[in-house]
Amino acid sequence: MSAPDHVSHLPHAPDEVADTGLQLQLQLPRAGFDLAVDITLPGRGTTVLYGPSGSGKTSVLRCVAGLEPDCTGRIQIGDRVWQDERRDLCLPTWRRPLGYVFQEASLFEHLDVRGNLHYGLRRGIDPLAARSLADAIELLGIGSLLDRSPRALSGGERQRVAIARALATRPRVLLLDEPLAAIDHSKRQEILPWLERMRDEVQIPMIHVTHSADEVARLATYLVVLEAGRVRAAGPVADVLAAVDTPVVVGEDTAVLLEGQLLERDASWHLARVGFAGGSLWVADAGLTIGQRVRLRVLARDVSITTREPSHTSIQNHLPGTVECITDDAQPSQALVRLRCGQSVLLARVTRRAIAHLGVQAGSAIWMQVKSVALVQ
Amino acid sequence: MGVRRRPPLAVIVSGEAGALQAIWLTLQLASLTTACLLLIATPLAWWLARSRSPLRAPVGAVVTLPIVLPPSVLGFYLLIALGPQGPVGQFTQAMGWGVLSFTFTGLLIGSIFYSLPFAVQPLQHAFEAIGDRPLEVAATLGARPIDAFFSVALPLARPGVVTAAILSFAHTVGEFGVVLMIGGNIPGRTRTVSTEIYGHVEAMEYAQAHWLAAGMLVFSFLVLLALARLRNRSVWLAP
Repeated sequence: MSAPDHVSHLPHAPDEVADTGLQLQLQLPRAGFDLAVDITLPGRGTTVLYGPSGSGKTSVLRCVAGLEPDCTGRIQIGDRVWQDERRDLCLPTWRRPLGYVFQEASLFEHLDVRGNLHYGLRRGIDPLAARSLADAIELLGIGSLLDRSPRALSGGERQRVAIARALATRPRVLLLDEPLAAIDHSKRQEILPWLERMRDEVQIPMIHVTHSADEVARLATYLVVLEAGRVRAAGPVADVLAAVDTPVVVGEDTAVLLEGQLLERDASWHLARVGFAGGSLWVADAGLTIGQRVRLRVLARDVSITTREPSHTSIQNHLPGTVECITDDAQPSQALVRLRCGQSVLLARVTRRAIAHLGVQAGSAIWMQVKSVALVQ
Repeated sequence: MGVRRRPPLAVIVSGEAGALQAIWLTLQLASLTTACLLLIATPLAWWLARSRSPLRAPVGAVVTLPIVLPPSVLGFYLLIALGPQGPVGQFTQAMGWGVLSFTFTGLLIGSIFYSLPFAVQPLQHAFEAIGDRPLEVAATLGARPIDAFFSVALPLARPGVVTAAILSFAHTVGEFGVVLMIGGNIPGRTRTVSTEIYGHVEAMEYAQAHWLAAGMLVFSFLVLLALARLRNRSVWLAP
């Protein structure tokens, strides 16, 4: 690992990018539907573009990169305008300081790994790029691969090289188009930790396209849900998932994400306590270290409500809170209840009859019982 | 059997300086044609592989024409164009270069037209096989289009470049009709191996014709063999 006085030369966004964010107003005519997106993304962290295949996720990325000649609208990254229809301005791709990681391995086959990594470096003007390459090589653990041909790399290794190559140019924004899609499902664990590390250590905004719920849960700080070329929901990932007016199901069922930190471990019962803004929950001990930041995924169907503090129950996790609102669920017999717990929000799926019998309504103080919690990381 | 024959090798070495002259001229013509074709065909093939212009199909058809046209047709029109009354002829005379028909330069121009499809098609296929992706990657890494062409497209299309060069060279060596029409079979200036063979046969000099014809046969076979091995083992061409 790096020495204590080591200064990271990995790209970090200039302040105006962090403050102003990424303003995207994009229109693109397509065969099935027209893409029409008007959205401002945060200038830090990982924005995940989520949606079914063919919803226009990749088109958004390609428009930002200037790879779609028919794209019109306006693109502003921090204080730099890359495209503005009204001013007849459209920078070609090679003049946009961005990094792009394509879905399939896109390494140049006629160059070795080192040649690939240096390709962008030679064309950039950033004097810090060379040192940033050294940091990117270390960050992605590809130091031993430099003299290999791309043909001699595994799928995961190829994508790590492609990511390092994009990072080394010190881009103002990093665009990742389903970087794990072409990798064997069992091998994804080989690269997901590197992406998490990037989210935490690389200080430039990243836009990550995926249709994998797992990647949303593990990587997203900001979530944009696309459907047929339109933005259906957008916001900080926990807010979007906990919204009940436009419920967004990421994965097999409605769930919320809680950001937390490992507080203590109970070795005798193989449990660990994770604190989050609003309380703490016991989870199965996965061998993590105390203080580590983790994410919890709680399915709405695993949360139930009582009006009194539960005792004599097998469910170990219960938290006090208040009912924020009660909305219809897909099934007429059921309702989604939005529960406030400190600064966090949980969702509970319960029957309409239970709500009537308990007599809860918006504002009621209740206890929530959490039957199962998934540790995402 | 009683008939005294001169040793065939001596035919070429001694008496027939014409044969050596024809071989030398053929090699010069084929090398120059190949060099010119690579310069002309590469941008043309690039445009054909990537353009979305409506002119793409007609231009592609014109480039392919020499494959289906009898060489005499191509030669005839080139002769007219390059001749004293033709538009190119008028221009070259006005520039003080004289008339190009029945000269080596005229022959070179004819050969370039005649072998154009054999250079363009392998290059076009190679460029098409690369697809958009490597060029998009190059652009996202800051390479301007001309830079991406030389640093990515051309190296990736290397097997196509090699095939185009071999085919252009071999096809020029093997041309006959165009050479006869434009060149006029002038020894030392426009007489190539193929027209030399024709001359020998006309003059009933079968021994000399045999040596040159067999040489062409072996040469052509070797070229095709080399191409086949190239295709099977494109690893050769990898860096």
